[in-house]
Amino acid sequence: MDVVQLQRQLVDYKASLYNEAILDEQFTQLQELQDENNPDFVVEVVSLFFEDSERLLNELTKALEQQNIDFKRVDAHVHQLKGSSSSIGAQRVQKVCIAFRNCCEEQNVQGCLICLQQVKNEYSLVKTKLETMFKLEQQILAAGGSIPV
Amino acid sequence: MVDGSAEDMGLMNNFTVLVVDDDPIICKVHDLLLKKFGLKPQVVENGRKAVDLCLACGTFNLILMDKEMPVMDGVEATRELRAIGVNSLIVGVTSRGSPDEKKAFMEAGLDFCFEKPLTPEKITILLHELNQNN
Repeated sequence: MDVVQLQRQLVDYKASLYNEAILDEQFTQLQELQDENNPDFVVEVVSLFFEDSERLLNELTKALEQQNIDFKRVDAHVHQLKGSSSSIGAQRVQKVCIAFRNCCEEQNVQGCLICLQQVKNEYSLVKTKLETMFKLEQQILAAGGSIPV
Repeated sequence: MVDGSAEDMGLMNNFTVLVVDDDPIICKVHDLLLKKFGLKPQVVENGRKAVDLCLACGTFNLILMDKEMPVMDGVEATRELRAIGVNSLIVGVTSRGSPDEKKAFMEAGLDFCFEKPLTPEKITILLHELNQNN
């Protein structure tokens, strides 16, 4: 595939992520912060997000497996996940976190378990999509092209 | 693009900034955003460290204060800083929350309260404020 085709593919791919609300305006802000002095900023921030999220999802799973669930602790983790997903523009993850926090407030165990599964699904989805997007960008750069804005 | 925009706007930007937040992602984003405006922030991860730092090293022109943090949260830290006489521009940085939460945070002594993450437009507003006050 030639560079122009790859670039077009990337533009369409990015557009679909916004259309499906997988990413929002905040992700655009991150891209705008990246420049020649900070060429890997977006990848660095996203990698931090992946690490942080995976840690939080593990903690949440453990916390919700307990006999006596500490809802304050669960809520604290969800709050963190909500914050970081919001920072990178992972809108759907953030939305589930809002519902998740409501379930914590109501001490609704079933609700929490459902939200946990939903947040894992949404996280998985945004991770896959971002990784695919980065791969496309790498392909364009390797073919000598530049990333379209 | 925001490079050099402070100079473009005829604003001074040699202000000291403290970022108080326990989220490493927000810290990284705010750090780069501030650097783009020529500011060099220090970063601490909770309110206790912020208060200790101000007591030890003197104050900052601008403090960006997250609300929910372990050890000491933003509301308590803001109250303590004001109580010891810190008159920096203290700006609360919150996630989308209830108006009541924002109100309680403002009442602790904030000058402004913004939703996170901060944007170039909000930093510009703060730079204008700092230029007016100094």
